[in-house]
Amino acid sequence: MSHSKEIMVKMYTTMNRIRMFESMAQEYFAAGKIPGFVHLYLGEEAVAVGACSCLTDRDSITSTHRGHGHLIAKGGDLKLMMAEIFGKSTGYCKGKGGSMHIADFDLGILGANGIVGGGGPLATGAALAAKYKKTDDVTICFFGDGASNQGTTQESLNLASAWKLPVVFVNENNGYGISCPQCKSMAVTDIADRAAAYDMPGVVVDGNDVLAVYEAVGEAVKRARRGEGPTLVECKTYRWRGHFEGDACTYRCTEELNEWMAKDPIPRFEEKLIESGLATAEELEGVKAAVKKELEAASEFAQSSPLPELSALLEDVYA
Amino acid sequence: MAKKTYLQALNEALAQEMEKDERVFILGEDVGQFGGCFGVTQGLFDRFGEGRVMDTPITESVIVGAAAGAAASGLRPVAELMFVDFIGVALDQLFNQAAKMRYMFGGKAKVPMVLRMPQGAGIGAAAQHSQSLEAWFMHIPGLKVVMPSTPYDAKGMLISAIRDDNPVVFLEHKLLYGVEGDVPEESYTIELGKADIKRQGTDVTVVATSRMVHSALEAAEILAKDGISLEVIDPRCLQPLDTETILDSVRKTHALVIAHEAVCFAGPGAEIAAQVAEKAFDYLDAPITRVAAPFCPVPFSPPLEQAFIPGAEDIVKAVRALR
Repeated sequence: MSHSKEIMVKMYTTMNRIRMFESMAQEYFAAGKIPGFVHLYLGEEAVAVGACSCLTDRDSITSTHRGHGHLIAKGGDLKLMMAEIFGKSTGYCKGKGGSMHIADFDLGILGANGIVGGGGPLATGAALAAKYKKTDDVTICFFGDGASNQGTTQESLNLASAWKLPVVFVNENNGYGISCPQCKSMAVTDIADRAAAYDMPGVVVDGNDVLAVYEAVGEAVKRARRGEGPTLVECKTYRWRGHFEGDACTYRCTEELNEWMAKDPIPRFEEKLIESGLATAEELEGVKAAVKKELEAASEFAQSSPLPELSALLEDVYA
Repeated sequence: MAKKTYLQALNEALAQEMEKDERVFILGEDVGQFGGCFGVTQGLFDRFGEGRVMDTPITESVIVGAAAGAAASGLRPVAELMFVDFIGVALDQLFNQAAKMRYMFGGKAKVPMVLRMPQGAGIGAAAQHSQSLEAWFMHIPGLKVVMPSTPYDAKGMLISAIRDDNPVVFLEHKLLYGVEGDVPEESYTIELGKADIKRQGTDVTVVATSRMVHSALEAAEILAKDGISLEVIDPRCLQPLDTETILDSVRKTHALVIAHEAVCFAGPGAEIAAQVAEKAFDYLDAPITRVAAPFCPVPFSPPLEQAFIPGAEDIVKAVRALR
């Protein structure tokens, strides 16, 4: 662990911001305050945080239906995010997008996505634009184990590798495509093996270890910046909640869930920080307390914000 | 003014916009040295290099999606699919991604891309290389849909499409590529969403699209000999659709025939007919008639294919039946 205290504490803070944001979303959804449906990122925080910590504001990401974590890790504003999932006019997308469609182009967040595998081609295009403009900007494409089977993903891996585009494909393998376990939907155990088909490096990491993700994606980002093309980084992780809130999860057992909850990425990182002397338990408690306050403010902002005027219905269909 | 083919007009539009704006580039199937399946991008690879005229693998989703991603990142890509029929493979990237980004994200995204696709029957290419699918695209909020019928319109509208900040579906009928017409050397634009009255007339309005514009003009010549005067309107752009020009004409002629090569059922004519029925019903002296393809896939064998494609004689027949 040769990383600076600043970056380590920042990662810890961001993991907690995601954890508390999602816990709050879970409560508000249960209370009927959030319309539609939400897909929570609880348990997978180390992936988004480890990966996005390798990026700058000039770099981009494409996200998924389970996107809150990616957006927060890329610097998304908690108030604007919370207001958006409440469907409020002050939200990131004026309430037009909701949980699955949040973007912030100024931060390089090219959008969450309601379509499994939808982001691959877009990320490839963003990387193509970076290369075309002769910048060294990089795009991370987050996608799940389910999306790894989609044609769009394979097409994107192929084109990105053939054209040596600066994109890093970060696979979040949480073991299930909705209810279907990985063993039923693909013959490979490691999705990273598929990288070989496109002659790009494929790496498997513990997706519940934020530093492992940070280091693996960091290498991949450096490689992309050097113009050497894409990498596929598979992060093995697990979602604590169902595919969506309200999913009874009859397709997996409590033992399995408990096993993964014991590998909770936040306390694991906390221990490392304390052991290495980079932070004290008190400092980390202070971080949590500050994040809690931030979330309370986001919640207050979202709840007190107005719903959209009906006149907004036909706005922004065209530029 | 120089005579040029529809194909040359498109090529000139691409070259002039690439010359003018470095953000404009081309990607698609065999668009490089090969010059495109029908030759529209001929010479551009040599002139602008592989950095701006990019041969892609035959993987339509990533062609369309990469264009959308690059457009959202500040470039102005012009993507080509070899045939419109291949859009089925890539529809999600077009209608769920490119078309919706702006609205979903609260007006923050701009997706200035053009997707050029040849369509239409008549070259014996059979069911998966011959369709006219404009009705699909005009149904999707966020897309613009352009289908020029003449070389002049082709050049001006392609330049407008490239400069437009929205995803534009640009549909070219294969049998129009060789059609000649007057095309100015210099660059010019044609407003997307402005219909063109291709022939003034007084008795019957014919709204025709793409290649059917030429059939309608042929029909107008034939019927003129019998003293029947057709007004031929080419919407040129189906989304946005210039309903005002169509309504004005119907208010004058009191009769409407709609001609397109797409399958009649739920084709673009259904929308045009509905617009006129809703907004100018009292002006109509006869039922609205559609001349369009029958409800079957495009057949291969030449006599069957010819029977599938509507033509001037069908328009003549439809007009005579009104009277």
